[in-house]
Amino acid sequence: MASKKFKSEKLIEWTMLLCSMVSVLTTIGIILVLSIDSIKFFEEVSFVDFLTDKQWTPLFEDKHFGIMSLLSGTLLTTTIAIIVAVPVGLSIAVFLNEYASKRFTSIVKPLLEVLAAVPTVVYGFFALQFVTPMLQKVIPSLAGFNALSPGLVMGIMIIPYITSLSEDALRAVPNSLREASYGLGANRFQTAFKVMVPAANSGIVVSIILAVSRALGETMIVAIAAGQQPKLTFNPLESVETITTYIVQVSMGDVPQDSMEYRTIFAAGMTLFVFTFILNNLSFWIRKKYQQRYE
Amino acid sequence: MSPKIKDTLFRIFAIFCTTLGLATLLILLVDITIKGITRVNWSFFTNLPSRLPEQSGIYTALAGMVSLLLFTLLIALPIGILSGIYLEEYGKKNRLANFIEINISNLAGVPSVIYGILGLELFVRLAGLGNSILAGALTLSLLIMPILIVSTREAIKAVPNSLREAAFGMGATKWQTTSRVVLPAAFGGILTGIILSTSRALGETAPLIVVGALAYVPFIPEGPMDQYTTLPIQIFNWTSRPQQGFVINAAAGIIVLLLFTFILNGIAIYLRNRWYKKTAI
Repeated sequence: MASKKFKSEKLIEWTMLLCSMVSVLTTIGIILVLSIDSIKFFEEVSFVDFLTDKQWTPLFEDKHFGIMSLLSGTLLTTTIAIIVAVPVGLSIAVFLNEYASKRFTSIVKPLLEVLAAVPTVVYGFFALQFVTPMLQKVIPSLAGFNALSPGLVMGIMIIPYITSLSEDALRAVPNSLREASYGLGANRFQTAFKVMVPAANSGIVVSIILAVSRALGETMIVAIAAGQQPKLTFNPLESVETITTYIVQVSMGDVPQDSMEYRTIFAAGMTLFVFTFILNNLSFWIRKKYQQRYE
Repeated sequence: MSPKIKDTLFRIFAIFCTTLGLATLLILLVDITIKGITRVNWSFFTNLPSRLPEQSGIYTALAGMVSLLLFTLLIALPIGILSGIYLEEYGKKNRLANFIEINISNLAGVPSVIYGILGLELFVRLAGLGNSILAGALTLSLLIMPILIVSTREAIKAVPNSLREAAFGMGATKWQTTSRVVLPAAFGGILTGIILSTSRALGETAPLIVVGALAYVPFIPEGPMDQYTTLPIQIFNWTSRPQQGFVINAAAGIIVLLLFTFILNGIAIYLRNRWYKKTAI
């Protein structure tokens, strides 16, 4: 009886361990799938061309495979989003933590989180149908598809990512530091920016890294509103194509399996994955390293 | 500048930032409502997709979305929740669990379109599932797994240790303690996680485009191997067409999609608040 019970306990434990392994297998799967077809891709295209060619035209007769044209679009929209989201998100976090009343925070925080719950296809529609026409009234030279409008909208979307994590980090700073600062005669602004923010800096950095990673991988907003023209440009008024948009664009067409066009989405996906993988690991490492600082 | 002026300036800037976020949300909702509300009527829900915007509806998109979500949850729930239980209750300190934890944190940050590529190669091509609901559901399952695991762990972590000790003290085994004491106590939190991951799966578009959800599906899927479309994909398709009629359709579709999203998130927030009150003894 006792051994039977013991056996079923072990069985359950092994089943659960097996389930946990699914996540490990997913990671391995992603890396394998991306690598295998990327390797096939690089058998035909030299790595140097991939990095230095200024054109990305795998779907045309005259094929060029310069990832920089897609990467520049990705980095441009991400940069615009981050320029909006970091100051705004961080200011809100400091404000909620240091200035606002508890009641104000308890109302505003969940409302801001709605921004992160809205499906991205909705933001894409909003960028294309509302923000772009509005911006065109101010900037007449703005193209119908452009990097600026989806970048701005993406910035608004990732505000709650930065606010939430930064606020958690600020809240974890012990009250004694705040009291010491006030005791020395500092006002609220000085306490917030010379004591609290530096004390919470690792958490704030993590929130920014994760927001960058989120913006790099964002797909629908840019696929709808940024256009589908790979271009090596940093002009936010022109149409650009991001890595993610290219993957969607190819997936929607009838690309034969085992063709060069098909492999390009793996090479493009690999490039994106490498960026986000580095950022995610960096944030995980920072979090682990500084987690216990105030415990 | 004196610290006092800086203090006032920052206060004004921060209030401006908060307003910016909330005002954008409000403008988005108002703009979409104005553009789309005229099309939200009964026939919009019951019509098949069509070349003519006025006669197009979201019948097949809704049906596809519901079946896709059902299959996704069927696959993701047992695996995700059991993983969460294992990592929090069983393998807390060993190396393997630590490695799995890094993995999950990493997976949570992988762009959704990459999951699409994984699904395309693994489920659509290698497993030969084609552009089926099953291939889409498997892909979405992997996508929401990290959210499920993390929320399950959080919920279990919040269960006071005294409950476990009491169960062990009465001679319960590890699994008896977990299944009859810890899980019931963590139920509210786990349910919140399930609802939030459903809401996430509901709005996903990019990975489904990659695994071949089609924009034009003039029939209701009847089994897991059927082709399908979902509401976000239908919206994307309408958004990218030039005719004004389809823009109205897209806005109307968005109103329906947002209703689903907000209802799910509302339930989640309600449950979380209630559950927090209960556990904060």
